[in-house]
Amino acid sequence: MIRIDSVTKRYPDGTVAVDRLSLEIPDRSITVLVGPSGCGKTTTLRMINRMVEPSEGTITLDGVDISRQPVNSLRRSMGYVIQNAGLFQHRTIVDNIATVPRLLGQSKARSRARARELMERVGLDVSLAKRYPYQLSGGQQQRVGVARALAADPPVLLMDEPFSAVDPIVRKGLQEELLRIQEELGKTIVFVTHDIDEAIRLGTMVAVLRTGGRLAQFAPPAELLSSPADAFVEDFLGADRGIRRLSFFPAQALELKKTPIVAVDSTAEQIAARTTPETPYLLVTGLDGRPLGWSEPEDLVAGDIDVARLLPYGRPFAYGTDSLRAALDGAVLSPTGWAVAVDDAGRAVGVVSQQAVGEAIRAAHAKGLTAAKVAG
Amino acid sequence: MNVLTFIHAFFSDGSHWHGYDGIPTRLTEHLHYSLQALAIAAVIGLPIGLITGHYGRGGNAIALVATGSRALPTFGLLVLMVMWLGFGLGPVMIPLVVLAVPPILVTTYEAVRSVDPSPVDAARGMGMPESRILLQVELPGALPLILGGLRSAAIQIVSTATIAAYVGLGGIGRYIIDGLYQRNYEKVVGGATLVAVLALVTLGVFWAVARVAVSPGVRRSG
Repeated sequence: MIRIDSVTKRYPDGTVAVDRLSLEIPDRSITVLVGPSGCGKTTTLRMINRMVEPSEGTITLDGVDISRQPVNSLRRSMGYVIQNAGLFQHRTIVDNIATVPRLLGQSKARSRARARELMERVGLDVSLAKRYPYQLSGGQQQRVGVARALAADPPVLLMDEPFSAVDPIVRKGLQEELLRIQEELGKTIVFVTHDIDEAIRLGTMVAVLRTGGRLAQFAPPAELLSSPADAFVEDFLGADRGIRRLSFFPAQALELKKTPIVAVDSTAEQIAARTTPETPYLLVTGLDGRPLGWSEPEDLVAGDIDVARLLPYGRPFAYGTDSLRAALDGAVLSPTGWAVAVDDAGRAVGVVSQQAVGEAIRAAHAKGLTAAKVAG
Repeated sequence: MNVLTFIHAFFSDGSHWHGYDGIPTRLTEHLHYSLQALAIAAVIGLPIGLITGHYGRGGNAIALVATGSRALPTFGLLVLMVMWLGFGLGPVMIPLVVLAVPPILVTTYEAVRSVDPSPVDAARGMGMPESRILLQVELPGALPLILGGLRSAAIQIVSTATIAAYVGLGGIGRYIIDGLYQRNYEKVVGGATLVAVLALVTLGVFWAVARVAVSPGVRRSG
């Protein structure tokens, strides 16, 4: 465990970058330091590998004061990923990744074999091994940066705004990749970002810092969204924190209606049987069970349903894996106000109204079902 | 008679191609002085430039030394050295080295300073010792510019090494000085042509060295 104990960083000109900060960074999880610029998040990260020395306070790693450890061996035990990847332009991808194993005295062949293994792990094609950094896209370079940090299998990974310089789609891919790698490797990751969405997406614990290097709140993301410590944190979280909080409630809490679903080849009796007073619309599915669209029951001609005249069904949500946020989104996007739930194969398993989603949200809040973190 | 006829006459005269005052002998002498001066200048300029560039200190001092030594007239320095030290190779080497150190020192310093700071930060953060950061991260990135500094120093040395002939030594300068004294303009133009060709060859050699020594990753991205 990394323990930061009332650490202050004061520069000779009197500026205080970090002010009496105390944090306990749990093992084998992602701790995100987030805050506006000038909040000391990067300085805090750089004090962990002694790129910056604290003015006061101590940082311990597994109970040992890091200031008593030889600086280079301390740094070699911590992977370090920076914003623009910082790759060595003169070295090939495989040699960039092999840097730390080589520093630790491993043979060239063994280090390169390890580097190729890591390329696969971070989702890079091994055919890129002999390329130079300038031949790779920004996202690929950042993957190389992550692979290089992991090469010597350090227990700790320090990441300083690693995904800030890439476009949002690539960033999302990199975030998913990091979560996947973390699931496999279980490193102690300290991650710095100014993006609160990234913090909530990645963090097991999130430390919100305020300008002047003071800790505003240290909590799991769901708690941060449900009970921000003060006006600063609330403001920093943004206007839609209520909606975003729904990401932490599974859609499985919803009670689905299975009656108003008819197949495209239904008979008049089947359509009549599935028409009930409380469901003004019927969802028509293809023969494979996938949704096609909504219709009012009286517009359906048995045996000859005109697919082109159906109303769009918006964006369906996956009942088993999505969150209430996705269900609400589906209900809002649907012209009928009803969201479509699908299974893993995309087959419609039920429908749910905006009203029912609203009731589930109230129920979930009441129960405080904040334990499970659900994607999406 | 124009310059081209002089050149033709000089190089087609068979007696200029062998013996004590032949072109091969004079070229070898000239190359010998030039390489020696370049080596001494590099041994002084490169380490100082690399280390000051790495630590980012001493930039003002370097600029001062560079401007100061550029203001020294090479020929005047040669005469002074001969008066001080007598005849020999030493008094010739000193002005040549003084001429060559500033371009090497200044470009090396600037080249290391201009290396992208993020790989350096990454290298330090992963526990690379400072000496390795300098030699394995900064130097390869700075190499194209450093070679550029060495190249301009080499060309200046090659053209200026003619002064060795003023103090009784050999080299291509012999033809120019003797030719002027003997009013043999064929010889003067021939010597001048040899110096020009040698400067062009130097350019070519540095181009080839850069092809081999600079990583394709740096050549293409820089």
